[in-house]
Amino acid sequence: MKNMAPLIEIKDLHASVDGKEIIKGLSLTINAGEVHALMGPNGAGKSTLSAVVAGREGYEVTGGQVLLNGKDIADMEADERAVAGIFLAFQYPVEIPGVGTTTFLKAAINARRRARGEGEIEPMEFLKLLRAKQKELDIPDEMIKRPVNMGYSGGEKKRAETLQMSMLEPAFCILDETDSGLDIDALKVVSDGVNAMRSPDRGFLVITHYQRLLNYIVPDYVHVFAGGRIVKSGGKELALELEEKGYAEFTEQAA
Amino acid sequence: MAATESTVKTVREMERYKYGFETDIEVETAPKGLNEDIIKFISAKKNEPEWMLEWRLKAYRLWLTLEEPSWQKVKFPPIDYQDAYYYAAPIQKAGPKSLDEVDPKLLETYEKLGIPLKEQEILAGVEGAGQPDVPDMGSNVAVDAVFDSVSVATTYKKKLEEKGVIFCSISEAIQNHPELVKKYLGSVVPQGDNYFACLNSACFTDGSFVYIPKGVRCPMELSTYFRINQKNTGQFERTLIIADDDSYVSYLEGCTAPQRDENQLHAAVVELVALENAEIKYSTVQNWYPGDEDGRGGVYNFVTKRAACRGNNSKVMWTQVETGSAITWKYPSCILQGDNSVGEFYSVAITNNMQQADTGTKMIHIGKNTSSKIISKGISAGRADQTYRGLVRVLPKAENARNFTQCDSLLIGSDCGAHTVPYIESKNPSAKVEHEATTSRISDDQLFYCMQRGLNQEEAVGLIVNGFCKDVLQTLPMEFAVEAQKLVNISLEGSVG
Repeated sequence: MKNMAPLIEIKDLHASVDGKEIIKGLSLTINAGEVHALMGPNGAGKSTLSAVVAGREGYEVTGGQVLLNGKDIADMEADERAVAGIFLAFQYPVEIPGVGTTTFLKAAINARRRARGEGEIEPMEFLKLLRAKQKELDIPDEMIKRPVNMGYSGGEKKRAETLQMSMLEPAFCILDETDSGLDIDALKVVSDGVNAMRSPDRGFLVITHYQRLLNYIVPDYVHVFAGGRIVKSGGKELALELEEKGYAEFTEQAA
Repeated sequence: MAATESTVKTVREMERYKYGFETDIEVETAPKGLNEDIIKFISAKKNEPEWMLEWRLKAYRLWLTLEEPSWQKVKFPPIDYQDAYYYAAPIQKAGPKSLDEVDPKLLETYEKLGIPLKEQEILAGVEGAGQPDVPDMGSNVAVDAVFDSVSVATTYKKKLEEKGVIFCSISEAIQNHPELVKKYLGSVVPQGDNYFACLNSACFTDGSFVYIPKGVRCPMELSTYFRINQKNTGQFERTLIIADDDSYVSYLEGCTAPQRDENQLHAAVVELVALENAEIKYSTVQNWYPGDEDGRGGVYNFVTKRAACRGNNSKVMWTQVETGSAITWKYPSCILQGDNSVGEFYSVAITNNMQQADTGTKMIHIGKNTSSKIISKGISAGRADQTYRGLVRVLPKAENARNFTQCDSLLIGSDCGAHTVPYIESKNPSAKVEHEATTSRISDDQLFYCMQRGLNQEEAVGLIVNGFCKDVLQTLPMEFAVEAQKLVNISLEGSVG
C-alpha cells in the first residue's frame, strides 16, 4: 500500500499576495522520513510559502503545483489539507478567547477521525493521549486549562504548537520560525518534541532564519531561499556556512 | 466539486430549520380578531372566575387607548391585530389526570423536536409504576409542557407537592390558588405597562405558575417548552413565579416553532417576585422560527420580562440565549427594591440573515447596597441587525448602588449591524456604574488557524463564537448549556463564505 510518490513535491511554484508575486518558481521535493531546512533572509517569502502550502485564503497560486503523495492539492481547502496530513506550526500561534485548549484539540482530532469514517474519540482515550504528550513536552495542566494560546508566553505558545502537532500525527509538518521568541531551554524542549516525532513515515520542512535551531533539529537537507525561490541546496553543513557568511551573497544573486 | 457543494448546500437548506413541521391536531379556535366577546370566550373556555374576566376586560379597554411603540430600532410592517386568532386549544379528553390520556400526537411532537434533556422519558415515564420517585440524573427536570395555548401535562407534581412547591399552568393556578394569583398577577408588570404587555393581559391563554414556599430550595430545575402550532395564532403566555422568603428556584424556558410563511405574533409576559433572601434563576433558550433567508415569515417576539427583588438580600439572575425569531423585542429587567438585592443579566443574542433584535435589560436600583451585573454578547451575521438597549437607573435612596455592564458585539461578514445603546441615570452620588463595550470581527487569523487544524469553516466559526459567548453560556444549567452550544452552531450555519 506504500505510495511511491514523494510525500511533498513542489513544482515551479509561483504565488502572489495582493497581486504581488512573492514565490517565483520554487521547486522542492521532500520524501517521507526526511527533514528539510529552508533558510533565508527576512522578507524572502518563507512564511508566504507555508501559508500557500497550508491553503490560506488570499494567497493566490499563479503557476506550478503542490503535490501531496502525488496528488495536486490546488482544489483543497485549508481544512481538507490539514486532514490529509499537512500541519503548520505557526510562527505566531493565534489566541482564541473562551475556547478551551482541550476542546480545540478534541475538535481537531475528531475532524480527522470523521474524515476516516470513525466515531469521535473516547474521552478516556483522549485524556490518556493528552497526558502522555503533556509529559513529553513538559506542559502543565494549568496551561491546558486555559483557552487556546491565551496568556501563553512565547515559549509556551511554541510548546503548545508542538503538543498539537504531536497529538494530530500529521504526515508532513511545516515548522514556521519555530525558534523565534524561544529561550534556550524552551528551544530544547520543543526540539526534543519534534525529534521524537521523526519517523520514516513523516517529513518535515523547518523554516528558520537562524542556524541555531538546526543544532537541535538536525536536517537532512538545507535549502537557501531568497528572492522567492531556492538558490542553493546542500547538506546540513550548508547551514553552518550560512551562519558564517550571512545571506548577502544569495540576496545579491537573487536580485 | 461544485456539484457536490451545491448538493450539500441544498440539503443543508432543507435542514436549516429542522423544527419546521406542523402537527395535525384538530384545533378549537375562537373566531379571528380581538374584541370583548373574544376575551369573554377565552375566559369562559378556561372556566375562569369573574374577577379574572374583569381583570382581562380592564386590560383590553386600556389596550385600546395605547399605541404600538415605535422607539425600537426594529422595522416590520404594521400588524393587523384583527387578522389573528387569539385562542386555539388542542382538543383532548377533559382534564387528563395522567400523560397516557394525552393525545399521542402531542408526545410525538415532542419526540420530533428532539428534546435533548430527558423530558421525553419523563413525559413518557410518569405513568411507569414506582418510577417517578427514583431520583436519577435525568429526572431533575420537571416539565410543564405548553402545546399551543394550553398546558397539557405537568410532571413531577407529586414530588414538588411534598415540598409545598406549586408548579402548574397559570389557568390551574387561577382555579386553585386565586389568592396568590390575585396578589401577584400584574404586580411586577402592570396591565398598562406597555402595548404588548397590555395585549397579553387581556388575552393570555396560558403559561406557567410557580410558587416556592418559605425556606424551600426547589429540588429540581423547572422547565417549560413552548411551541406555536396553529396558523395565525398569537401566542400569549403568562408566567408568574413567586419565591417566598429564603427560597430558591431555577426555571428553564425553551422553545422551538414550526415553519410558517405568515408572521406570528408572540407577546409573552413573565413576572418574577423574589421576597426576603430568595433567589430566582431564570434561563431561556429562544429558538422561534426566524423566517427564511429573505426575511419572509418568522416569529415576532415582543416579550415583557421583569423581576421584582422585593425582599432584602434577594437575587434574580436572567440568562437568555436568543437565536430565533424574525424580530426580537425583549428586555428582561430587575427592580432592585430590597436592600442588598442583586440583579444579573446574561445574554447571548444571535441574528443571522434578515433577523432583527432589539434586546437588553433594565436594572432599577431602589434599595441600599443593591448591585447589578449585565453581560451581553451580540453576534450578528448575514444582513441582520442587532441593538443592545440597556438602562441602569439609580434612584436617590439607593446608597452604594453598584453596576457593571459589559457589552460585546461580534460581526460576521460586512452586511450586518450591531448597535449599543446604554442609558445610565444616576441620582445618587455614591453609586458606581461601569460600562464596557467592544465590537469585533472574527479574524482571518483565527479562522485560518482553526482550519489548519482540520476544522471546516462552519465548525471554526461555531467554535470561535461559542468561545465569545462562554461567559454567558456557562451560567446556564448544565444540560441547557450543551443544547445552547449546539444551537449557536446551527444558527450560524452558512453565515461565512
